[in-house]
Amino acid sequence: MTGTVFAAALNRRETLEALGGALSRDPYRSPPKAPVLHLKPANTWIGPGEPIPCPPDVPALRMGGTIGLVIGRTASSVTETEALSYLGGLVVVNDVSIPYQSHYRPAIKQRCRDGFCPIGPVVVPAGPIDPDRLEVVIEVDGQVQSRTSGNGLVRRAARVLADISEFITLQPGDILLLGEPHQPPLATPGQLVRIIVEGVGSLDNPVRWE
Amino acid sequence: MKRARVIYQGGEWTATEADGMACLPDGRRLAETEVTWLPPVIPRTIFAVGLNYADHARELAFTPPTEPLIFLKSPNTIGGHRSTVRRPADVTFMHYECELAVVIGRAARRVGRAEALDYVAGYTVANDYAFRDYLENYYRPNLRVKGRDHATPLGPWLVDPADVPDPANLVLRTTVNGHETQRGSTSDMIFSVAWLIEYLSGFLTLSPGDLILTGTPDGLVNVQVGDVVTTEVQGVGRLTSTIVGD
Repeated sequence: MTGTVFAAALNRRETLEALGGALSRDPYRSPPKAPVLHLKPANTWIGPGEPIPCPPDVPALRMGGTIGLVIGRTASSVTETEALSYLGGLVVVNDVSIPYQSHYRPAIKQRCRDGFCPIGPVVVPAGPIDPDRLEVVIEVDGQVQSRTSGNGLVRRAARVLADISEFITLQPGDILLLGEPHQPPLATPGQLVRIIVEGVGSLDNPVRWE
Repeated sequence: MKRARVIYQGGEWTATEADGMACLPDGRRLAETEVTWLPPVIPRTIFAVGLNYADHARELAFTPPTEPLIFLKSPNTIGGHRSTVRRPADVTFMHYECELAVVIGRAARRVGRAEALDYVAGYTVANDYAFRDYLENYYRPNLRVKGRDHATPLGPWLVDPADVPDPANLVLRTTVNGHETQRGSTSDMIFSVAWLIEYLSGFLTLSPGDLILTGTPDGLVNVQVGDVVTTEVQGVGRLTSTIVGD
């Protein structure tokens, strides 16, 4: 993998509603206008089956299961209507993080640790699949902890892609994460996490102490 | 030694510097206007530090941080020496940021400050342009401000660490159309290069090709279409870019 992994943050209406009036107070001062984005750098990427390292001073990690939109051809300033035609495929991703509260500064320490972005097992061709219709299920030790679809997204797949392409030229192989669920489930060392997206794949990773 | 990646008459070369000229491996010596400058490294992860100079932190009316403000930049942001940077028509405040850029040379995890500089492959100059109209207070500075295509020129040269014995004592200087608008010293960094490597490697693995843009001092001025901006770090290089419109 050589692309860039961009992730849409605060992309669930539930999450924004939970922040409520705080969005208009310090330090945020107004609700987000452009899509809120963060990056998952190369040190975070791991494959299926590889352990997610949990730092010794952290009791549990958030499991941000999400759909990854894999760019198929160069996309710059594309419209929402044509955006999905730039997809090459879909992949299951787990945007792991240490729980945190403030969205004011980039959460590098919480989101960019080694092994904090399991991806896989395979990229499936996007074809006629509408990514917004797909359900993302997060299981911890075989128990379903979260079940979400495109319904609760602030910006759906086509809109996120179009908005980002306004100032970033997306390249083939770049991945765009649609967004973790509101309050992603927690997992602790010793537990097994499975992210399932029907028709795309099932991504298993154990959580281990770092 | 100073090395650059250049294109000359359609071919890509690694050039070295001598007497201000770009020297191709076959011995040809070229003026800087005769080649097209690529970024001197193809970056892996790009870390950037905000508010890392006490004076700049004051200028922006923030309390200097006790922990560095780190943000990430994607590779689409990088451009070369003598490149153009686009100023969108709706922007009212766009400014340069002259920065010392550090290139990591080998994998670093839990590296102490005393050994940190052993992990450096070299230094170069970055101009981390910001488009302040797009600032929002979510994961600030957000990508629309700091992640734009080719709005971060890098170069011209990758300079060996041996040629930069003290990265904590270098003059930084920016000129716009030849007039000096920014001047500072890396001695005023809140978090030094060695400190930053210790900090980052304390919670993640740095790898060869990773870049750390170490922040900018006071003196940020709005630049307009047509302006020629040169950011210079003493002993490392002079990096020029030109602002263009939509």
